[in-house]
Amino acid sequence: MSASAEASVLITHEVGLHARPSVKFTKLAKTFAADVEIALAANGPWFDAKSIVKVMAAKAPKGTVLHIRASGDGADDAVDALVELVRRDFDEGADHVRTA
Amino acid sequence: MSGPHRLQGISASAGYAEGPLFDLDRTAAHYTVRATAADEKAALEAAIDAATARLAALIETADSAAADILEFQIAMLGDDALGRPAFAAIHAGQPADRAWRQALDAEIAGYDASDQDYFRARAADIRDIRDQVLRALTEDGDVQAPAGAILYGEDIAPTRFLETDWSCGGGIALKAGSTASHVAMLARSRGVPMVVGLGVVGLGGPPAKLAGPALLDAEHGGIVLSPSRAEIDAFRRSSSSFSARRDLAGTFLARPAMTKTGTAVRVQVNIADPSDVDGIDIATCDGVGLMRTEFLFGKALPDEETQYRAYRKVLEWAGEKPVTIRTVDAGGDKPVPGFTVKEGNPFLGLRGIRLSLARPQVFRVQIRALLRAAVHGSLKVMFPMIAVVEEYRQAVAMFAEEQAMLAARGIAHEMPPLGIMVEVPSVAIVPEAFAEAAFFSIGSNDLTQYVMAAARDNAAVAHLNSVRHPAVLRLVAAVTAFGEREGIPVSLCGDAGGDPASIRSLLEAGLRDLSVAPAQLAMAKAAVADVSV
Repeated sequence: MSASAEASVLITHEVGLHARPSVKFTKLAKTFAADVEIALAANGPWFDAKSIVKVMAAKAPKGTVLHIRASGDGADDAVDALVELVRRDFDEGADHVRTA
Repeated sequence: MSGPHRLQGISASAGYAEGPLFDLDRTAAHYTVRATAADEKAALEAAIDAATARLAALIETADSAAADILEFQIAMLGDDALGRPAFAAIHAGQPADRAWRQALDAEIAGYDASDQDYFRARAADIRDIRDQVLRALTEDGDVQAPAGAILYGEDIAPTRFLETDWSCGGGIALKAGSTASHVAMLARSRGVPMVVGLGVVGLGGPPAKLAGPALLDAEHGGIVLSPSRAEIDAFRRSSSSFSARRDLAGTFLARPAMTKTGTAVRVQVNIADPSDVDGIDIATCDGVGLMRTEFLFGKALPDEETQYRAYRKVLEWAGEKPVTIRTVDAGGDKPVPGFTVKEGNPFLGLRGIRLSLARPQVFRVQIRALLRAAVHGSLKVMFPMIAVVEEYRQAVAMFAEEQAMLAARGIAHEMPPLGIMVEVPSVAIVPEAFAEAAFFSIGSNDLTQYVMAAARDNAAVAHLNSVRHPAVLRLVAAVTAFGEREGIPVSLCGDAGGDPASIRSLLEAGLRDLSVAPAQLAMAKAAVADVSV
């Protein structure tokens, strides 16, 4: 049985999962071998989390509950790391609203 | 058409620029079709690589805000998903330039259609990506704007902004554009004058074809093409006065506004879009004196949730400071498809509260969003274009009805103070008929144009459209005095509040509460400090 994991997290970043956050998000997703996908609802549609074009197209504003799922090698680690990134507001301090 | 052309838009970054117009929308160079689909594919791949390399080179010298934008563009270009439809089209026999343009235009359309302001503003980034690859494909001569030029076009790419040498002046004048775009943010941070939303109304032909210098007044949001000698002289006087005021103003921004004789004056900001507050430090102002809500109605009628989120964002940003939101003021010069009606004389027609009362199903959605948002800060709500007290009473009754329904459903809400705009002369002349309103906010733009019977957007009668005409000032003074006597707060939220020349007259008329465009905040405070009242 191949590994799979799923979790959800609230987006609190001011501009949502948009330009700068999505660069960070997809960069991190690409460091994992597992297939990673995101969705704005538990039943999809699902978008490739390693594609910034697809992640941007998901249009996830602040206040969205983001669903993240992964399958394959390191699926658990991938989901944990991405959830953490969103929870940490993409490592952007209080100044993120000024230049985002 | 001869003689000067004056176009009015919205200031995205204050300042003045005088120089030749540079057409941003000039037709792209010709693309030479390749022999085979494989060659087309190779040409597109090479162009994407070349565009990426150009961006990477720009990052070297970019500051952090610009680097973020460039990194985003590089990431988009590096994603195979972006070019996939283009490569599929090439495989099906399309030339590379058309395939790429169509694929990216489809992507851009998705962004343009978004109801989120921030997301919509990213369309300019995708256009930038599209054009850079097209430029590499066609080996466009890459014409640089001459030093000090005013870049004029539909919209401007962030990379175009970054590639331009702004050290010799120059500015940006856009027919479309957005104050929330990356370029607008960059322009504000670098002090490059920029105006958006100029449209093409009233022009005999493409203004880019007009020779000679243009005058960009990004303090008030206008541009003059083919100016007369007198206009150039007046412009230069405004420009040097602006520079002097800006230098001085910087020192006033962080301090509360106070006149020479120590009278405190409240200075709030006018905003048009929730993202406007992103660049403002709340500590530098006394709150939001006017939040327009028309932007929400730009494309389609917004649902309750969209409105609630927009209002809540601003209320949370302001913290304990007041935020005055104006219910939708469509009509007049602000048509909304599917909401406003076509009229022969729209400024005297169904606009502001008249329209809201005529479309109760649309108005009630906004009322519910406002009642719900009120719990997140210090909200005040005002109605535009009130002419008779019955309109105010009807609107208040609708607030009460919606409040009762929210309460019955157990939804968190609060009743904000409900005030009126004082902009129709019938109110300014007989303010005592409106004593039940929680507050008055003088809309100096409309009040002036109705008192003087001189349209704001008509240069031929611009000399009549002055808030400093004694007739207008007498009304301002009377409303202010009445408010003071009856304990009704009175503020002013028109352009006059941010105009240093008018601030003296307004303070002398008794006003102590002004609301100005964010870009004018520092200068308004400086102007207040120069008055003895």
